[in-house]
Amino acid sequence: MKNMTEEALAELRRSGFSRRQFLKGSGALVVAFSVAEFADTLGVAPDRMLAQGGNTPQMLDAWIAIGNDGIVTVYTGRADMGQGMSTVQVQLIAEELSVPVNRVHLVQCDTGMTPDQGTSSGSQAHPVNFNHENLAQAGATARQALLGMAAMRLGVPVEQLTVADGVVSVRSDGSKRATYGELIGGRRFNMNLQRDATRKPHAEWTVLGTSVPRIEIPEIMTGRFEFVHNVRVPGMVHGRVVRPPTVGATVASVDQSSVSGLAGNVKVVVKKNWVGVVADKPWQAIKAAETLKVNWTPGPNLPSQRDFERYMRNHPGRRDAYSVNSKDVDAKLAGAARRVTATYQHPYQMHGSMGSSCAVADVKDGNATIWSPTQAVYPLRSSSAMVLGMQPQNVRVIYVRGSGCYGLNGADSVSYDAAILSQAVGKPVRVQLSRKDEMAWGENYGLPFVVDQRAGIDAAGNIVAWDYETWSATFGNRPGNNAPGNVASGMLAGFPPAAVAARANAPDAANWDNGNNAVPAYVMGRIGAKDNGTGTVASERVLTHTVPSPFLTGPLRSPARLQNAFAQECFFDEMAAQVKADPVEYRLRHLSDPRLKTVVSAAAKQANWEARPSPKAAISRTGVASGRGIACVLYEGDNGYVALVAEVDVNQATGVVQARRIVVAQDVGPISSPDGLRNQLEGGALQGLSRALGEEVTWDDQKITSVDWVTYKTLYVGSNVPTIESVLIDHPEGEAMGAGETAITIVAAAVGNAIFDATGVRIRELPFSPERVRAALAAGAAGRTQTAGL
Amino acid sequence: MSVFTLKVNGQSARVDVDPTTPLLYVLSDDLQLNGPKFGCGLGQCGACTAIVNGRAVRSCRTPMSTVNGATVTTLEGLGTPEKPHPIQKAFINEQAAQCGFCVNGVILTAKAFLDQNPRATEAQIQQAMSTVLCRCFTTTRMMKAIKRYATERA
Repeated sequence: MKNMTEEALAELRRSGFSRRQFLKGSGALVVAFSVAEFADTLGVAPDRMLAQGGNTPQMLDAWIAIGNDGIVTVYTGRADMGQGMSTVQVQLIAEELSVPVNRVHLVQCDTGMTPDQGTSSGSQAHPVNFNHENLAQAGATARQALLGMAAMRLGVPVEQLTVADGVVSVRSDGSKRATYGELIGGRRFNMNLQRDATRKPHAEWTVLGTSVPRIEIPEIMTGRFEFVHNVRVPGMVHGRVVRPPTVGATVASVDQSSVSGLAGNVKVVVKKNWVGVVADKPWQAIKAAETLKVNWTPGPNLPSQRDFERYMRNHPGRRDAYSVNSKDVDAKLAGAARRVTATYQHPYQMHGSMGSSCAVADVKDGNATIWSPTQAVYPLRSSSAMVLGMQPQNVRVIYVRGSGCYGLNGADSVSYDAAILSQAVGKPVRVQLSRKDEMAWGENYGLPFVVDQRAGIDAAGNIVAWDYETWSATFGNRPGNNAPGNVASGMLAGFPPAAVAARANAPDAANWDNGNNAVPAYVMGRIGAKDNGTGTVASERVLTHTVPSPFLTGPLRSPARLQNAFAQECFFDEMAAQVKADPVEYRLRHLSDPRLKTVVSAAAKQANWEARPSPKAAISRTGVASGRGIACVLYEGDNGYVALVAEVDVNQATGVVQARRIVVAQDVGPISSPDGLRNQLEGGALQGLSRALGEEVTWDDQKITSVDWVTYKTLYVGSNVPTIESVLIDHPEGEAMGAGETAITIVAAAVGNAIFDATGVRIRELPFSPERVRAALAAGAAGRTQTAGL
Repeated sequence: MSVFTLKVNGQSARVDVDPTTPLLYVLSDDLQLNGPKFGCGLGQCGACTAIVNGRAVRSCRTPMSTVNGATVTTLEGLGTPEKPHPIQKAFINEQAAQCGFCVNGVILTAKAFLDQNPRATEAQIQQAMSTVLCRCFTTTRMMKAIKRYATERA
């Protein structure tokens, strides 16, 4: 090891190994590239090095390798963005193979080394890797294979074997044993993942299901952890982008001489409307970007933010789709004892990552290496190849954690920035966006929504019909394999973003899909003869309209699900209030899914929910009013049951809403790490609260005007935040579901319901900013539900 | 370009940079430290925080010309994974991070404040953290870790 070069050490770090781990354990190193050279450089015996196939995920060797020393190396395509995925994936394999967690090393998301698992998105990491396929199946297959090898070697049937700490031994005679290193060390399994390999039963878990402290946290807390922002490649220079001053502006001319006198060997790179600079040092690049004179041709004016609802409703180029349609909604509404109608609105919101996006790229000699915080290494490899005019096999994308992402911040876009600049100057280039560029030209915003709802209630107070119609605006999205124009840099460099394919006459829904939670929890969700929904309301119509957005949009944490849940769960409480029903009782009355009912009851119980209708009786119109609200959802229609109670104080003079307490109950199947789950619920709840209370993208007739933390309102570490109580409902026999986007989905709804409970005023538009709350309280009557009939 | 000297995490450093260069870039680029980070460049979020002569400063808005000869402590100057500083230990025990990008600003701001105000009330601590950002909203755990450290050091 002593003859390792700095470059080799850097490469090791890039590869997911720390020098410390290597010096300590040496272990297995199974890599796809330059095997012999790598082994030699590292001073590792070549027999510990195995060629690896990132594109052969059906092979066990793509997932798991075991060294002579018994160290288990795990390859995963699911990224840890800070949600704790590294640690729980280590727990999963430690559990399946019965080895201590400190003998399992994880390599994540590197197109040179790990299996292609597409995009880490949609709260799908647990469903994908913790059930019966992929990583979980690899663990089970490896265990079965190792037991088979041990049975041969020890001359006893598998049933007589037991495994502990990576050693297989005969139950009746512990002296007959074989270590994993002896059985497979340094060699390939050479077998496919086995469908019949069964996972270790939940009852036998000792590692998975426990709160193993997150592996990287000591390094994070002491500044040793390497974010993509800290990647340093020998010879690296620094880039900065120069974005159009207004939306839709195009480059007329670039005056390169304007930066000719600056220090730092400044170079200017232009690719259609994409403009960037490179300099030796970061501050020099920043100065050059500020100084560079670009003449821009302005684009057309933006639709007015004030009238954006009208823009969405009236856009002719819309795409329509039915999620469900029982075709009797109008008749049922007409015949209902009461009808309730309301319109809800949700603004564009930002990911607003803490750190502006950063990437490092090294493009030379026909090959490219990109160190990126992307959630999608393989898709980014393909789309970057398009941007660079190269073949995907000549591009390697290595995931390195960036600032928390929550969907589609500038991670992919900035990766193109670094790649374009590196290709142009022939050196490794690091790019980090400015705050303004991140917020105005870096990320893809969360979707704006307008929602019209009509419901019918019978004489007994039960909901009998629900008509749900939404308008949302989209433009671009994740780049996927072939659409680099879906994010800002690719679009500016000349690739077209995905546009809305207009379709005015929607066909009937043929397949059940509630991935966007467009279908309210309280309807039956009937497609054909099957009820797919979680509720009891038979007359149902869900029609969605998608229109073109003037700004790039993307999957911000709980995309569309949050917007839909806000509208549905608040509207549901409007109906409960109409018939003077308790919101919890009214939910239980209209739900059919037992697991969803269970989380509703569990949240109410933990919150000591007082059963009574909302709003509270005898509300004073002055001072601080207090109230409570509840909301629930089956996230994505099949990916996590959650209910949340919010208790809020509304200062009726200032309009400031403050949540005092949040109780969240959740069932996401078997729990991998209780503390990790709580961390996700707490963070999701407070991020949801920040979005509910203040977050809103703003613009004028030409440009985005929410470009920093003054103009985009967020909660801070020192803000008054509620206490958060989590009720974790373990469901070990069920399928593992997502936990990252459950709580956040229903915070705004629960808070909206709590504001109504406290004040009697229903606010149907987010965020619940002090100005909006004050105005709503002043309007008073205007906040009341519109009703007709009895 | 001008030559500046600093004492960073106990070691002398000498850099030759444009005097308008913010301290952040000297720490993160010239001195290759991972702790201080660029979050906004506007002094609004705290990611770039360093302790300069005992006070927490936003290094993204601190030109080198104003800190010549200063004593600077960054997150890696407090402790190591093997031997963390008590406030780092409190954050590790509370598992007070998600992505972890912000902890530099959170830990250093809290430490510098409590060093100067050892008997600070909870409200005063909250006030001190009122412009420090965590966009993963690990807020509850962070405040718990800070209070734990405040109690232990008092």
